[in-house]
Amino acid sequence: MTVSDIVKSFGLKIRAGKNRLDEEVRGGYTGDLLSDVIAHSRKGNIWVTIQTHPNIVAVATMKELAGIILTGGREPDSETLRKAEEEGMPILVSSLLAFELTGKLYQMGISGMG
Amino acid sequence: MRPRALVNQAKARGLDMIAICDHNSAENTAAFISAGDAGGLKVLPGMEVTSKEEIHLIALFDAQENCAALQNLIYQNLPGENVEEVFGPQTVVNERDEAVGVNRRMLIGATLLPFEQIVSVIHSLEGVAIASHIDRQAFSLVGQLGFIPEGIPLDGLEISPRTSKEEAKSRFHSYQHYSFVWFSDAHCLEDIGKSTTPFLLKETTSKEVKMALHGEEGRRVMEA
Repeated sequence: MTVSDIVKSFGLKIRAGKNRLDEEVRGGYTGDLLSDVIAHSRKGNIWVTIQTHPNIVAVATMKELAGIILTGGREPDSETLRKAEEEGMPILVSSLLAFELTGKLYQMGISGMG
Repeated sequence: MRPRALVNQAKARGLDMIAICDHNSAENTAAFISAGDAGGLKVLPGMEVTSKEEIHLIALFDAQENCAALQNLIYQNLPGENVEEVFGPQTVVNERDEAVGVNRRMLIGATLLPFEQIVSVIHSLEGVAIASHIDRQAFSLVGQLGFIPEGIPLDGLEISPRTSKEEAKSRFHSYQHYSFVWFSDAHCLEDIGKSTTPFLLKETTSKEVKMALHGEEGRRVMEA
């Protein structure tokens, strides 16, 4: 499954990294404490969060995540967008809340273990 | 905490200066400053602000009106009402230890303001901006954002009493261009002075503290 498949399934809005949506998604991680995401997310994960700070791009890039989904309709900060475009990191926005979106991703076959 | 009891406790612990930093509010600072004036202890007006990323940030001032200006901005950006049964009463006191009011805002909540913006507002009000308890996971700059973003003009980093100076120096080695300080973060009388930071200052003001944090004109943070 690719990032693009997820975008289509849930009607996510693409805010950055539209050229990197063919990336294969391997598992997912949900969390807003960036120190925790650094410690526990894995390469290829799709990351579900409400944090919109520019540091999310650095964390996702460092951990080689497949993309970031902001939930509850939260929009990324402008600096976050700039960095995401620079790094080619997909930033997607969902109107669903984190619990619901995570559940739906899991139902699609994306497991937490990656 | 009651102003007179707190002043007595701080003096008994040998402190020269303390700051009153309620969460997202400064309505109690005047009473504590008066009690400090009466009892011979320097009390700075301050606040511990919660950013939208849920990071705690200490703001210290000399002028009460500047602290009040920050409070106004915080109040405009702080949603919710306190639930006393869960979070306890938020009493406003006077310098004679009497309760004079209740703050109904949800002070434990997060403001809608980005961390960097709060730092910049504090500086525009001539205040000192120190990231709180960066060694803790919850509500800290490092815990919430994973690492300290480059270029934030913080005046210092606070380490909680649970992390020793040696431990902090090795763990936060990459942040040594900032000054580290240890504060008690006292939420009850017994914790006053549990952790302290000696400063070499000309006088007990937040302006001098800021100079010490940046090592200016002979002012400095001293080794304990």
